[in-house]
Amino acid sequence: MESAIHLLPAVLELPFRDGYVWSTLWVSLTVSVTAVVLSALVSIPVAIVMGFANFPGKQFVKSVINTGMGFPSVVVGLVVLFAVSNQGPLGAFDLIFTKQAMIMSQFVLATPPITAITLAAITGVDRNVRDAAHVLGGRRFDVALVVLKEARYGIITAILAGFGRAVSEVGSVLIVGGNITSSAGISKTRTLTTAIQLEARQGQYETAMILGAILVVLVLTINAIVIRLGDEGSMNR
Amino acid sequence: MKQRSDDSGKRTRRQVLLGLGAAGITGLAGCSSNTGEGTPTGTASDDGTTEPSEDLPEVAGETLTLTTTTSTYDTGLLDAIHPHFEEMYGVEVDAVAQGTGAALETARNGDSDVVMVHARGLEDEFLENGYGKNRRDLMFNDFVIVGPADDPAGVESMGSATEALTAIADAQAQFVSRGDNSGTHTKELNLWEAAGADPGGDWYQETGTGMGEALNIANQQGAYTLSDRGTFISQRSEIDLTILVQGPIEGGPEILANPYGVMAVNPGVHENANYDLAMAYIGWLTSPGAQEAIAEYTMNGEQLFYPEAITEEPDFQQYVPEGWSSDAE
Repeated sequence: MESAIHLLPAVLELPFRDGYVWSTLWVSLTVSVTAVVLSALVSIPVAIVMGFANFPGKQFVKSVINTGMGFPSVVVGLVVLFAVSNQGPLGAFDLIFTKQAMIMSQFVLATPPITAITLAAITGVDRNVRDAAHVLGGRRFDVALVVLKEARYGIITAILAGFGRAVSEVGSVLIVGGNITSSAGISKTRTLTTAIQLEARQGQYETAMILGAILVVLVLTINAIVIRLGDEGSMNR
Repeated sequence: MKQRSDDSGKRTRRQVLLGLGAAGITGLAGCSSNTGEGTPTGTASDDGTTEPSEDLPEVAGETLTLTTTTSTYDTGLLDAIHPHFEEMYGVEVDAVAQGTGAALETARNGDSDVVMVHARGLEDEFLENGYGKNRRDLMFNDFVIVGPADDPAGVESMGSATEALTAIADAQAQFVSRGDNSGTHTKELNLWEAAGADPGGDWYQETGTGMGEALNIANQQGAYTLSDRGTFISQRSEIDLTILVQGPIEGGPEILANPYGVMAVNPGVHENANYDLAMAYIGWLTSPGAQEAIAEYTMNGEQLFYPEAITEEPDFQQYVPEGWSSDAE
C-alpha cells in the first residue's frame, strides 16, 4: 500500500478532467437516491401495515423480506436483465443499458432491508407507549403516528441501510447498466462502483482508490445529512 | 503489413457488396468524394454539416448501442475515434465493453445494434444462426505470450506459440487464463488444442476477468498469460511481465494473429435493432478516414491496431462464415 503522500500527485492530476468523476458521482447519486426514495415509499407503508395489522400470509411476507435481505445483487441484476432485455416482458420499453434499469435493480435490492429494519423499529417501540396512546383516547391512526414518531431513528437507519446497499453494489448495475460513458468521458450509466471495477480491470489502481475514497465520502455525507434531518425532527417537539 | 490503396474500381465493388444488405446506406460507405482520404472525418461530404441527401435514412439524434470486447474499449481506441462518427451523423454511440462471448450474447438477445469482436469461430456461428449481417474485416493486432522475465519454462527462444504452451504445461509453470469466453480466451483454448495439451492442475488458473486484470494477476504471481498486444502495451508501464513469444506483427507465428470484425445485428431477427445506424457505423468504420484514424491511434508511442478494411483484394470470406460458398446452399 502506498503512502498517502505518494497518492497526492495522483489526486491533483485526477481524472477530474472533463467531468468524468463528477458525472460518475452524479449518476451514482441520482440512481441510488431515486431507487431508495421509491423503495422507502413502498417499504415503509408495507412495514407499517405489518407492524399494526394481522393478516393471513404475514409470516410468508416476513420470510420473503428476510430472504431478500441476503439476496446477492448479481442475481438481482440477472433477473432485471431478463425482465428488461429485448426478449423479456418489459422488452418493449427499451430499458436495457439505461439508468431506469439500474434504478429497478437497486430498488429491488434496497426494499428488503428498508422494510425489515423499519418493521423491527416499529415492533421495537415499547408496548407501554402504544397502551398509553390508547388510554389517552387515541384512535388507531393516532397510535400509529405516536409509534412512528418513537421509531423515527430506526426508520432513518433503515433508509440509510437501503442507501448503503444501493450505492455500494456493483454487480447488478454493471449487468443492466452496461457501464457506459460518452466518448468524451461523461458518464451515462457508469457509477462510482462500476468505474472502480473498470479502473481495476485496467490496472489503474490509484484512480480506483481515489474513486473509492470519493464513494466513501459520499456515503458518509449522505449519512450525516439524513441523521441531521432526523435530529432536527426531534428538536421541534 | 497489408497495403491500403484507394483505386476506385475496388471501391465500387465494395459498395455493391455492402449494397446487398444496406439499401440506401451505400452512400455512406465510401462513394462520396474521395478527397476525405486521411482526414479523420471519414468519407462523408467534406463539410460533414450539410443536410443529408434525400436518399439516406434519417439517423440524426439516435443512439447506437455497440457491444464490444474489453480490448477495444480499454485501450481507449473507441473513445478516440467515435467523436468523429458522432459528430458526422449527429448521433451517439453507447459502447458496452463485455468481452466477445458476452457481446455476441447481448446482440443475440436483441439488446445491441452492432458488435465489434475478435473470435472468428464465434462470429461465424453468429452469422450462421442469422443474428448477424454484413460482417466486415475491420482491423487486426496480434496476441503475445507474456511472462516473468526469468522465464521458468524457458519459452523465449522458441518462437512458436504451441511449443511454448507445451513447455509451460510440462514445466507446470503458473499460467493465467482469462476463462471468460472472450476472444482472447477462445484463442487461448484453440492454442492449447493445437498444442495437443489439456491444461489443468494447480498451475493453470482461470480468472474470469478482463485482460488488464488478468495481466495484473499474472504480474503478481509471476505467471505466464496470453494477451492481446494492445492491452499489454497500454499496461506495460504498470507491470513487470515481458513478451516471450511475439505475434505476427513482430514476425511471430501466424497462429497468434488477432483480427477484429464488425457486424450489424440482423433486423429481420430483431426488428428493434437500429440497422440503418449500424450500417452507417460499419460504413464509416471501414472508410478511409476511420481506417486512418485507427492506424494513427497510438499508446505510449506504439500503434495498437492495424486497419484491414481497405485492401487491394477484398476477401469475400469476410462477409460470410469461413468455408461457406454460394453453391453450398
